[in-house]
Amino acid sequence: MTIAAGSSETQTALGVQQWMGMYRQMLSIRLFEEQVNELYKRALMPGLAHLYSGEEAVAVGICEALRGDDYITSTHRGHGHCLAKGATPDRMFAELLGKEAGYCRGKGGSMHIADPKTGNLGANAIVGGSAGIATGAAFSAKQLKTGQVAVCFFGEGALGQGLFYEVMNLAQLWKLPVIYVCENNLYNEYTHYTETTAGDILARGTAFGLHAESVDGQDVRAVHATAARLVERARRGEGPALLMCKTYRYTGHHVGDISREYYRSKQEEQHWMGERDPIKLFAGWLLEQKHAEKAQLEGIYAEIETQMKKAVEFAVAAPYPGLDQVEQDIYA
Amino acid sequence: MPEAAVRELTFAQAIKEALAEEMRRDPKVCILGEDVAEAGTPFKVLSGLVEEFGTERVIDTPISEAGFTGLAVGAAMTGVRPVVDIMFGDFITLTMDQMVNQAAKVHYMSGGTWKVPMVMRTTLGAARRSAAQHSQSLHAWFSHVPGLKVVLPSTPYDAKGLLKTAIRDENPVVFFEDKMMYKLKGPVPAEEYTIPLGLADVKRVGRDITLVATSSMVQVALGAAKLLEEAGISAEVVDPRTTWPLDEKTIVESVKKTSRAIVMDEGYGRYGVAAEIAAVIAEGAFYQLDGPVKRMGAMHVPIPFSPPLEDATLPTDRTVFEAARALCSRS
Repeated sequence: MTIAAGSSETQTALGVQQWMGMYRQMLSIRLFEEQVNELYKRALMPGLAHLYSGEEAVAVGICEALRGDDYITSTHRGHGHCLAKGATPDRMFAELLGKEAGYCRGKGGSMHIADPKTGNLGANAIVGGSAGIATGAAFSAKQLKTGQVAVCFFGEGALGQGLFYEVMNLAQLWKLPVIYVCENNLYNEYTHYTETTAGDILARGTAFGLHAESVDGQDVRAVHATAARLVERARRGEGPALLMCKTYRYTGHHVGDISREYYRSKQEEQHWMGERDPIKLFAGWLLEQKHAEKAQLEGIYAEIETQMKKAVEFAVAAPYPGLDQVEQDIYA
Repeated sequence: MPEAAVRELTFAQAIKEALAEEMRRDPKVCILGEDVAEAGTPFKVLSGLVEEFGTERVIDTPISEAGFTGLAVGAAMTGVRPVVDIMFGDFITLTMDQMVNQAAKVHYMSGGTWKVPMVMRTTLGAARRSAAQHSQSLHAWFSHVPGLKVVLPSTPYDAKGLLKTAIRDENPVVFFEDKMMYKLKGPVPAEEYTIPLGLADVKRVGRDITLVATSSMVQVALGAAKLLEEAGISAEVVDPRTTWPLDEKTIVESVKKTSRAIVMDEGYGRYGVAAEIAAVIAEGAFYQLDGPVKRMGAMHVPIPFSPPLEDATLPTDRTVFEAARALCSRS
């Protein structure tokens, strides 16, 4: 594989302001998900919620390497991707509550947030269902010569879906600017991925000739540096890549999945939360490098917490769509 | 002054001409599918297009129907206008998630912010001795799904006008071509025209019975109408041309006038397009009916290979004639 000459420069050139922006974004995702959990517990949130907590470094590290007009596709566990690509919490919460002010006018909900303004082609509730869409966005970028790149976020559970293999083949044949980002959080719902996944994950990409590598998904700097390299490579027309981010899902498959001992131990969860938390690790590095002081980080926390509470209040107070909207937007 | 002789094209030529015209008009239109470029598809419908538009716009894909259909959904969302070619209608099964869960729902689920202007061209129809996996007419499945539009042309004229409209439509449109019809000739004007989706065409005016017929069944209905005429029965043939949007008004008005109806569609009769149209007639013209609405379609069996068996699965001029005569003699 060829490592772009500029990658180390990209890394060191990141200013303190950008590091702090990434820290804020990770913390925003964490505190957003805590509010979602609260809304669910208070029975204010209808339907399902799949929390992203624990995986923040992946969404933030990747999206920080993208341009505003680059595309992403997201998953049922997609709040983090949407926020990292630029969605605002108030309209996100409104969508989660089925309100008119939401990104999809309340018609999509937690698993379908989409937003053309931030290049978000949509979260997808079919596991692996967006692999075609992301590849198609990369096809458009090549066909229309726009220089855009598409990122397909998917969980390791989607490795079981055939579509993924069909589109990797297409993407490599046509050298499409798409990065397939596998968020390996170890569990396909309630089953450890080793029980469902034969062979080697990266070999699935290299078999088609894709550039493939893995990265510590709890280290936002490593994710970002790798993503920046793969994105620039794709933008130069050198083709697609498969990036596996090793990460962990702190909570259950969805918020109602509380008793998890039958598929994973409390010790395992505590280990990841205590030793491998992406926000703590990044905060530690920021402090060590003297990019930030403790009081400053505490201030950011309080600020974001207030912002999230306000966003929830906005969403709770926002009106539902009028019933006349049930038959709108079926056809363009 | 005598009018210029009307130009005749085959069904296949009409489709190719529609594609070529739209590709010239809009550089964002491209074709994706198996053996669409140099081969021009096994039916040779697309022969010559790659020479004019190049392999960047007439694109051979791997045999990955789900993959290239899914790619087309994403491409349509982001500025390209893909026309995907699914060689045999039986293979739409492989594209179901991409069409039903993705293409059909993107616009609605995104609150109207994203749209999917793509066309899927595919085939339907038995009688090619191709057996059970290359002969089905599965258009009812897509007609069932909100968010998709479904087109069933029955003449070269309709094929060209409807395909041009489908390509310009901002939604996913599935375009089913009867593969037995590719050599059928008919008048196609040289000048530009389009036909709106959702507008039925009365292919023959009559007063005693309405034969609502789609795609391959239109020719059968016209054949039956001739036989009926010899027997003193005047049949009207209504071709909906699109199953969604469906021109309910034209169908219901015709049946109100004739008071009898047979609905013919090559899909399976049970839970199918014919059943839906029969229900539309029952709801809209019940008090004008002089008899039950009859459905005629493919027998409810996998299409057999053996020629006499395969032929037995389809309505013919004669069986439709018999059914119509029986309905008309009751009252």
